[in-house]
Amino acid sequence: MRMELIQPFINAADAVLAETLQCSTKIGDVAMEEEAYRRKGTAAIIHIHGDIEGRVIFDLDNATAAKVAAYLAGEPVGESADIIRETVFELANQIIGNAVTTLNDQGFRFKIAPPELHSDELGEKSNEEQEALVMCFDTANGSVYMNIAMRYNRRRRQERAVVAG
Amino acid sequence: MEQFAALLRSKDKQPVRYLVVDDSVFARKNITKMIETFGGQVAGEAGDGCTAITEYDRTRPDVVLMDITMPQMEGIEAAERIVRNHPEARVIMVSSVGYQENIVTALQKGARHFVQKPVKPEVLYEVIKYVLGEDAVAAAGAAAGEKQ
Repeated sequence: MRMELIQPFINAADAVLAETLQCSTKIGDVAMEEEAYRRKGTAAIIHIHGDIEGRVIFDLDNATAAKVAAYLAGEPVGESADIIRETVFELANQIIGNAVTTLNDQGFRFKIAPPELHSDELGEKSNEEQEALVMCFDTANGSVYMNIAMRYNRRRRQERAVVAG
Repeated sequence: MEQFAALLRSKDKQPVRYLVVDDSVFARKNITKMIETFGGQVAGEAGDGCTAITEYDRTRPDVVLMDITMPQMEGIEAAERIVRNHPEARVIMVSSVGYQENIVTALQKGARHFVQKPVKPEVLYEVIKYVLGEDAVAAAGAAAGEKQ
C-alpha cells in the first residue's frame, strides 16, 4: 500500500468534508480491501492515469447525499437521483482536485478523468499490484466512504527519467 | 451565512454584477448565495466555457467567477478568449485544482486571481474586493441585503 500516494486523498477528503459540511469529521473504519467493493449508495468513480495510476470511489447513501447537497447548495434540496448524483460528483471533484494539487506540487504528472457513476453493486477486485484501501469518514450528516487504489506507473517514470537524462 | 459590507460599483453605487461559470449546479448555487451576502447581483450563469463567452457578451458583468474543469471548453481557455475580446474583463478562477502550474497558466491567460474550492466566503470577498480595486466601494455600515 503506497501511503504516500493515498495520504493526500485522505487529507483532502477530511478538509473538504469539514469545510463543506461545517462540522468536524472522524475517520471511522479503515480496511484493506481483498474482496470486490460493495457499493453502499450512490458512488462516483474517478480514474487517474500518468506517473500515478489508479482509481478512487466516493460512495454516499442517499440520505447523507441529500444533506450534503443542502450544504453545497446553501438551501434544502430534494432527494432526486439527479441531485444525489450531482452531489456525489461535486464532492468527488473537490476532494480529487485538492489531492491532485498536493501531488502535482510534489512533481507527479497525471490526468484525471471526470467522475463517472459507479453503478455496479460490486466493483473490481483489488490485486497485489494495486491494493485498495477503504475508509469511512464519519460526519454529523452521515458517512462518506472512500475506496482508493493507487500505484506508481514505473514505465512512465522510466520514460520521464530517460527524457530528463 | 456570514454577512459582509455590501460591495457596490464606485461609478454608480449599484450592486456589482457577476457571471458565475461552473458545470456543477451546486457550485453555482453556492457561489450565488455568497454573492448575495456580498450585496452583488448575478447577471448570468453558464455551465461550460463556450456558454460563458456568449453570456459575457450578453451581460457584460463586472466580475466573472470561472471554474476550470468543465465540459466542451475548460475555464482557462474561456478566460483567455473573454480577455482577448474584452481586455477590461475581470476573471477570477474558482477551482479545486489549485496546483502552481494551473494557477500560473490561468494568470498568464488573463485571469486576475485564483480561489481554491471549497470556497470560503471571506476569502472570495477579499479577492473580489482586491480585483475590483477602486472600481468598488464597501458600503460603510451596510450589510449586504439591507437597503442602501
